[in-house]
Amino acid sequence: MFENRQLTPRLEELRTQIRAYAVDFGLDFFEVIYELVDYDEMNMIASYGGFPTRYPHWRFGMQFEELQKSYSYGLSKIYELVINNDPCYAYLMRSNPEVDQKLVMSHVYGHSDFFKNNYWFSKTNRKMVDEMANHAVRVRRHIDKYGLDEVEQFIDVCLSLENLVDPHAPYFGEHKTSSEESREEQRLAATGTKFRTKPYMEEFVNPPQVLAAEKEVRLKELDREERFPAKPQRDVLTFLINHAPLRHWQRDVLEIIRDEAYYFAPQGMTKIMNEGWASFWHSKIMTTKALDSTEIIDYADHHSGTMGTRPGVLNPYKVGIELFRDIEERWNTGRFGPEYDACDDYSKRQSWDLKLGLGREKIFEVRKIYNDITFIDEYLTPEFCNQSQLFTYKFDRHAGNYVIDSREFKSIKEKLLDSLSNMGRPVINVDDGNFKNRGDLHMTHQYQGVPLKLDYARATLENIHKIWSRGVHLETEVDGKRKLLSYNGSRHEEKVLG
Amino acid sequence: MVRRVDPDSRRFRDIVRGKIRENLKHYISRGELIARQGKNSVSVPLPQIDIPNFRFGKPEQGGVGQGPGEEGQPIGGEEAEAGPEAGDQPGEHVLEVDVSLEELAEILGEELELPNIEPKGTDSVHTMKERYTGIDSQGPESLRHFKRTFKAALKRQIQTGVYDPKNPIIIPMRDDRRYRSWKTQSIPQSNAVIIYMMDVSGSMGNEQKEIVRIESFWLDTWLKSQYENIETRYIIHDAAAKVVDAHTFFNVRESGGTKISSAYKLAKEVIEKEFPPSEWNIYPFHFSDGDNWGGDDTTLCMDILNEQLMPWSNVFCYGQVKSAYGSGQFIKDLREAFPDDDRMILSEINSRDEILNSLKTFLGKGR
Repeated sequence: MFENRQLTPRLEELRTQIRAYAVDFGLDFFEVIYELVDYDEMNMIASYGGFPTRYPHWRFGMQFEELQKSYSYGLSKIYELVINNDPCYAYLMRSNPEVDQKLVMSHVYGHSDFFKNNYWFSKTNRKMVDEMANHAVRVRRHIDKYGLDEVEQFIDVCLSLENLVDPHAPYFGEHKTSSEESREEQRLAATGTKFRTKPYMEEFVNPPQVLAAEKEVRLKELDREERFPAKPQRDVLTFLINHAPLRHWQRDVLEIIRDEAYYFAPQGMTKIMNEGWASFWHSKIMTTKALDSTEIIDYADHHSGTMGTRPGVLNPYKVGIELFRDIEERWNTGRFGPEYDACDDYSKRQSWDLKLGLGREKIFEVRKIYNDITFIDEYLTPEFCNQSQLFTYKFDRHAGNYVIDSREFKSIKEKLLDSLSNMGRPVINVDDGNFKNRGDLHMTHQYQGVPLKLDYARATLENIHKIWSRGVHLETEVDGKRKLLSYNGSRHEEKVLG
Repeated sequence: MVRRVDPDSRRFRDIVRGKIRENLKHYISRGELIARQGKNSVSVPLPQIDIPNFRFGKPEQGGVGQGPGEEGQPIGGEEAEAGPEAGDQPGEHVLEVDVSLEELAEILGEELELPNIEPKGTDSVHTMKERYTGIDSQGPESLRHFKRTFKAALKRQIQTGVYDPKNPIIIPMRDDRRYRSWKTQSIPQSNAVIIYMMDVSGSMGNEQKEIVRIESFWLDTWLKSQYENIETRYIIHDAAAKVVDAHTFFNVRESGGTKISSAYKLAKEVIEKEFPPSEWNIYPFHFSDGDNWGGDDTTLCMDILNEQLMPWSNVFCYGQVKSAYGSGQFIKDLREAFPDDDRMILSEINSRDEILNSLKTFLGKGR
């Protein structure tokens, strides 16, 4: 079992070379530790989300079976597996030919650079490998104490709520609680914001009616804060951890699930960019430096396999790499800014070249501060949509299949941003922890045109009830009507809201 | 060697098999079994447990895709997962793969844990087959083995010292000639015939036929992997029965009453005429919604079964497809008439999801 996972001397040599190329290109990465594994070890590690030390749970077994099956029937195999950690861990398949190993190594340096520098990864735990092992120890301890069935069932309940987190929460400071001062004091202290000024200007800089209006708003806010939670809270998991009547070990498990959800969240938020960036660099490193002329066909084959598109499916690798190349090209030639935008002469636009050479610098900046949503919002251009043959599709009820809806830039961009927002999941807020003044939990689905899958929603409500232990309610829209779905522990109710 | 993942895999399999965690049963999907789109493309069954969460209802959702096509044109395939690496996104869990029918049967056998069938008649039925098995020094010129002949000549020349490496000319003599030789072998032969019978009376709707179609395809695939020569006959019946081709079998929609005995009679005749039971493995499959016309006819059916069909067949399989109109009585009658007879396999198929189980019932005995 504990076969040697160290790189062979030859692979070690290649690693040193490719690492040097990556450094030359300006990539700034966490050191990468490569391990050489067989396909079933690879599948195993992948089924644990990259962490072989994770807590025991049947779903990892399920993922493993799926990977094993698709590998043995020749459907798919895992090329790369890289863990966001300092140092980065990456796995190479022992049976891969040398050219594949080079490709994967180059690709992985791209990922590692992205993990280290992209803002949205900045709050993730860089010692996650250790942390996951700690989680496993904690879960195993609970299992020893309370039994596998009990703990596993609770984990299943938690997983059902796993996506009820606020991916942006880590980037804002801690919420200040107002409990330090008494509410009455705050009430007395509430005034409008006064700007410093000379006495004779006072009336103009701080007009009394504005101050009065502002005071009014403050007081209202204070009243609202007496509600619980004070503001609708999107991080439902944290709310439950803080306020649900859980036993100590249950709270611990829920915290583990939340921590892991937050650790994985940035990977969902930057799928296109992350894969695009890594692909951009493997392509650059391989074609300009690392590739041997005998390997060119194999490389091209595998590269195009990764970039392949199927109708109706957006390949993040493909869109990502093309967008980065497009940005580099645009900033090299100066095809941006008001002057270029204002130019409506087609031929002039086509041959536009200010020879700025800012492309490389620009893409490094882009990889630092954007996530998929802001990336698409900022850099998706009509020309790009056209060249990449993007389209939107919809479900045709009559034909019973998906049909191409539109090739218009505006709707493509809208739809794409839609599908990326909240990683394609519905946004659900907790807005009252004392609903009907009897300790029920009230949540609202921020309806944006797409209804929830109702049977799943009901089952999820049941799971939330298991945690909250009092009635749970979800306000959402069904068939154009606002509805309140409720579950009180024994039966489901549905009420149309006025 | 115990792998880290083994306990988790075992736990998952136990859940799928319903041994533990009843509460998850509801969320197990068996995966699609068949999608015979294109020529031999199928879906591999892949049980999955889907933990419920708040998610969007799918069909309306739509999205962004990439590729050629006009507005309004259907796009190829469903939404599926992209990228070769293991992602965190759940995808559609049907794996489409190109496989040959043999591989398919193998997969099926593996998934359903089917035993190999023990063919009957292997001792009594033999065919003679000629096979080239060796080399001889005599034979017809048409079977002369050039390479071996020249090898023999070379050997002889080296032995006798005639061979000159600088001028390697080899001339075979009469004695050097080698010929391919054959032996006649007697090979035990196993033949099988599947006789599909389907009730096409008014109560069998499209969905019921579709179930029969899917089920027959898999039965066919499995039995074909077990027997070299396999014949199929298709019989449809309402109040009267007739032998038809496969296309008609699956597409026809008759209407009217149901006399199951008519089909059994016809099957009997077919067997008598074409497939002597001493030499053939016979697999009659009958699919119906369980509605028969009157008790008299049912009695007649039981007689035919008892006296001819059952003794002749390896196993007689009856699958009852649930339909809105059928009474479902026939399976009860069969159960009553043949209690504990292991030549008779009964299966009720209420929906597509149950096809897998039904196949396992039919084929699991290995007869």
